[in-house]
Amino acid sequence: MADTTAVKAWRSHGTARRSTHTVRLRVSAALVAVTVLAVLLVPPLVQLDQQAVDLAAKLRPPSWSHPFGTDDVGRDLLLRCVYGLRVSLLVGVVAALTATVIGTAVGAAAGALGGWADRAVMRLVDTLSSVPHLLLGIFIVAMFRPGVWPVVVSVALTHWLSTARIVRAEVLSLRSRPYIDAAVSGGASRWRVAVRHLLPGVLPQAGLAAVLMVPHAMWHESALSFLGLGLPTHTASLGTLIQGARGSLLAGQWWPTLFPGLFLIIPTLAIAGLAGVWRERINPRRRSELML
Amino acid sequence: MLELRAITAGYDRRAPVVRDASLTVAPGEAVGLLGPSGCGKSTLARVAALLHRPDAGTLLLDGTPVRRWRHRAPRGLRTAFGVVFQQPRLSADPRLRLADLIAEPLRATGRREEIPARVPGLADTVGLTGDLLTRRPHEVSDGQLQRACLARALVLRPRWLICDEMTAMLDASTTAALVAVVEDYRAATGAGLLAVGHDQILLDRWCDRTVHWDTVVPTGKEGARPLTPVR
Repeated sequence: MADTTAVKAWRSHGTARRSTHTVRLRVSAALVAVTVLAVLLVPPLVQLDQQAVDLAAKLRPPSWSHPFGTDDVGRDLLLRCVYGLRVSLLVGVVAALTATVIGTAVGAAAGALGGWADRAVMRLVDTLSSVPHLLLGIFIVAMFRPGVWPVVVSVALTHWLSTARIVRAEVLSLRSRPYIDAAVSGGASRWRVAVRHLLPGVLPQAGLAAVLMVPHAMWHESALSFLGLGLPTHTASLGTLIQGARGSLLAGQWWPTLFPGLFLIIPTLAIAGLAGVWRERINPRRRSELML
Repeated sequence: MLELRAITAGYDRRAPVVRDASLTVAPGEAVGLLGPSGCGKSTLARVAALLHRPDAGTLLLDGTPVRRWRHRAPRGLRTAFGVVFQQPRLSADPRLRLADLIAEPLRATGRREEIPARVPGLADTVGLTGDLLTRRPHEVSDGQLQRACLARALVLRPRWLICDEMTAMLDASTTAALVAVVEDYRAATGAGLLAVGHDQILLDRWCDRTVHWDTVVPTGKEGARPLTPVR
């Protein structure tokens, strides 16, 4: 007994780190799985109307019949939150994927072509990054009627810049490797070098950037909706739910703000946790940067 | 005939690595280029293989001056050179299995149908067994990977071979095996060879003619060397 504790004490640092690591991975994976399953399965299975108004039961605190309580027109908040998360996740995933594709294409082209094309593209990226991206997003959203797709476009068009930078830097470091020389000498075209030898090397980085961008895009959707510019107010999204609940918060009703807020924060932390583990896999030296 | 005339090349125009270097390799001839570390012989080899555009000077290939380098060079000209580099780890795409690594030039030039006929025989020639061909670069030793890189350089049957310190990382038996493969290939096809290295004994035994870097570059024009050469 004494022996084992002594050994444990001696190795405690390593095992403790490894166990927090696995705990974080498992908790994050479980939360992401629950979120995705809830969002995919609840609406088709439950067959309840999230828009059903019940003015007799407005602003009820959490109870057995309404676990998250009801909002100011008596709609069930649990159902509204699940539907809202569905919209927010859709916006987040589609916007993050679009931004990553744009960013990877631009960054890879700039890095692979080099010369004046590289300089022109990167100055454009610098110029666009100098504008606060929420402001640019508001500008894009304001040009269209409220809806899901303007929000997606606005988030996607303002978020490819960092991915383009990451991908370009990675391509520049790969481009001078002798295996690219060998491919050129073997008769490979520019296109083939880019697609077969350069892009596969940057995909892990681009994928990581895409995953980290999903929660970021969700927050942007919420911010735009909260400002009244994103989704129309009847569409449940986490942003519109929080915005609609502002008035009741001042009257002491905490549940219409708290639960959508949790629905925003918990998947964000879970996705960031998974991305952190992935980043550690790709590059163990960057362990210190992954606290999100 | 591969003629390098007064080649000046480098990575910064203000401080070229190679100044006024001249070198000739006749068809079927094996020329060894000897020089100390960091003198610019690898850069000259890259120029000769059309992989690095020189700042000044002419490269004559069978009497015709070459005007374009890297991707701009016609594919037929680029693939006339087989290049083997010093470090196999860096010159092999880490994601390709060895069989794909060797077959890659055939795929890149649209000669996919020659793969089954060409690759197994070539792998056997350089001494790679079938189970090694299914592995990726990180699963084989430096020597095995360099064998695959030599096979890749030979797969398109180049008329010129540029071996840039091909054997610097290898043990004596692997060195002997790879040199034998190169010599067999040259005997069969009459290809010319430019072997760059710093091992005079090896190059003297391997090549028809060994030239020292001092005779390639005119005296007094070695250029301002940094005190601690980077390569």
